[in-house]
Amino acid sequence: MLSVEQFLTLGAILFCIGLFGALTKRNIIIVLVSVELMLTAVNINLLTFARFGLTPSINGQIFTLFVMTIAAAEVAVGLAILIALYRNRNTSDVRDQDLMKW
Amino acid sequence: MVQNAWLIPLFPLVAYLLLFVLGRRAQEGIVTGISVLAALAGFIVSLLILSDVNANGAQAPYVFHWLTVGQHSLSMGYEVTPLNAMMLTVVTFISTLVLLFSKGYMHGDERYSVFYQYLNLFIFSMLGLVISPNLLQVYMFWELVGLCSFLLVGFWYFKPEAAAAAKKAFIVTRIGDVGLFIGIVLIYVATGTFEYSGVFEAFQAKKFAIDWITPDHLITLIGILVFIGAIGKSAQFPLHTWLPDAMEGPTPVSALIHAATMVAAGVYLVARAFPIFEASPDTLTVIGIIGGITAIFAALIGLTQNDIKRVVAYSTVSQLGYMVMALGVSAYTASTFHLMTHAFFKALLFLASGSVIHAIHHNQDLRKMGGLWKKLPLTGWTFLVGALALSGIPPFAGFWSKDEILLGAYNSGHYVLFTLALIAAFCTAFYIFRVFFMTFTGEFRGEKDVYDHAHESGPVMAIPLVLLSIMAIVVGFLNSPLMNNAFEHFLFKGGEEIGNVYEANWGMAGLATLVALLGIGLAYLMYKKQSIKPENLANGALRPLYQLSLNKFYVDELYHYVIVKPVVWIGHILNFIDKWIVDGIVHLFGEGTLIGSLGLKYSQNGQVQTYGLVTLVGAVLLIGFAMYAVGGVK
Repeated sequence: MLSVEQFLTLGAILFCIGLFGALTKRNIIIVLVSVELMLTAVNINLLTFARFGLTPSINGQIFTLFVMTIAAAEVAVGLAILIALYRNRNTSDVRDQDLMKW
Repeated sequence: MVQNAWLIPLFPLVAYLLLFVLGRRAQEGIVTGISVLAALAGFIVSLLILSDVNANGAQAPYVFHWLTVGQHSLSMGYEVTPLNAMMLTVVTFISTLVLLFSKGYMHGDERYSVFYQYLNLFIFSMLGLVISPNLLQVYMFWELVGLCSFLLVGFWYFKPEAAAAAKKAFIVTRIGDVGLFIGIVLIYVATGTFEYSGVFEAFQAKKFAIDWITPDHLITLIGILVFIGAIGKSAQFPLHTWLPDAMEGPTPVSALIHAATMVAAGVYLVARAFPIFEASPDTLTVIGIIGGITAIFAALIGLTQNDIKRVVAYSTVSQLGYMVMALGVSAYTASTFHLMTHAFFKALLFLASGSVIHAIHHNQDLRKMGGLWKKLPLTGWTFLVGALALSGIPPFAGFWSKDEILLGAYNSGHYVLFTLALIAAFCTAFYIFRVFFMTFTGEFRGEKDVYDHAHESGPVMAIPLVLLSIMAIVVGFLNSPLMNNAFEHFLFKGGEEIGNVYEANWGMAGLATLVALLGIGLAYLMYKKQSIKPENLANGALRPLYQLSLNKFYVDELYHYVIVKPVVWIGHILNFIDKWIVDGIVHLFGEGTLIGSLGLKYSQNGQVQTYGLVTLVGAVLLIGFAMYAVGGVK
């Protein structure tokens, strides 16, 4: 039987990997993927507390389903934006997307 | 009829509003028509009121509640007493003629309609002042009169001298107004009312709500403060300097200011509020001395001025000095009577001067006039009437009133004031006939074609001159023994007598006439016969005195160096402090923010990942701080 610390550690590692990817990767697709990874880490946390929390219940699992659904929708929208961006600026480097500066 | 007195100021106000709505492109005829009709209507109502007062005497003021501030309740209203019935009639009569005269004088002026608007507002303010039953209302109209004089003196504002004169008139009278304002506030604090009647009662009972000063001193203090207002408005020494400069305005304005609307306000206030001054002998002494000094001072300056209007202006200052002096020696009737007669002959003199100036292309310099009698016979005759009235030659108006003032000064025992007034009378006769001879006799000293084109202007200018001449001849009889002192009986109808009244003294009358004739004779010798050359006197032994008089005793220069210059310097210092210290602090913050943001803007570099990193660092710091604050993770 895995303990609650192991689940939480997995979530934290996943979150950190995702965060690192989101903050450092140059390719905009990878950044999006990294964000998904962070969402997954959050899901693991939710599931962990739904099972091992102070008041275990099914709420956490249902919430996770919601997060997954919304993440899927978000990825669809995100990818569409990325494609539009790529068509306009002919690059997928996140550093080049800096129109909103001084 | 008396309850309809409020109509009188209403007429010019309505005329003002009408002209304002019609705009400045309104036809000259319509503009004049409306204004003259309004003033004429006011004059007719004034006459009706005058006859009513003559029959029934003074009546209680009509007062209505205006507003309540805390526990203080203020009222407005109007009143009719013999004194202000007389003033109403004089003001509306002269206003009507001045408005008519202006049609000729201002013909073709670009802002013709605006001129009439200002005149109407001016007349409204003065009439409002005259019928006010309380000091607060007086003060409001007092300031309105000041405003209108500013607008009218500076009517030709594109002339720098006119703009400066307007500013001077406003600022100098404002000095007096401050005194008046403090006086009125003190009166209200001390007596709890602004109404004349209430104030007079309190002054008689000497019961005041102020305890930091004895009642007697308070009465003197208030009297002098209120009188300072009159000094400013009635151009008494030492605040007389604005009035001669006010000659930069159009001549009809000068006539109105000098005869009816502006300078009369000061004397009127002192006369109306006379019980305030009468309660303190010290105040009366101050008033008498100031009046006496003004009378002789202005007369001496008038001797040598070369601008026709300036001479007449200084004669006004001098005559106002007479009136104020008369009040100071309690010759109340004489003073108010002189106020009335002076209004007629001074308006006449100004309008006649205006006619001369108009005829010779707006030249006012006496040295470029002469021999105009043949060209302007009517103006010459009317000016002569005005000059005789001013000099005090019987039977003209000025004789009767000036004689009474001299008599009052003599009988009250103020022999110094009496002597001053007598010398001033001599100077008055001299300088006004100097003007007369220099203008109408001898050879024309200006350009030839100006003389050839000089001619009388039409009936709109002639009618006022003739009417005023008639008044200047007959109005003096009102208070002569020949008419049983009708004016005096009228003035005190329905009320108690104020001040001293003396039996006519033929010796005094003879003396006054003799002095005036001497003045005229000297002017005749110097400027008509030329048997005494004025130039020889001016450049000979009397040169220092001549220069002193020509330069108006250097009062303007004195004010310039003692008051204006230091004030300008203080202004410069304050400007420096404001510009470099106050503004410096403000700019420090502004510039600091600007420079700081110039550097900070580079942090907004558009890199999403940088923003994310900064957010992360911030979140970690915040969480770390929160953990530390609650005592760490257990």
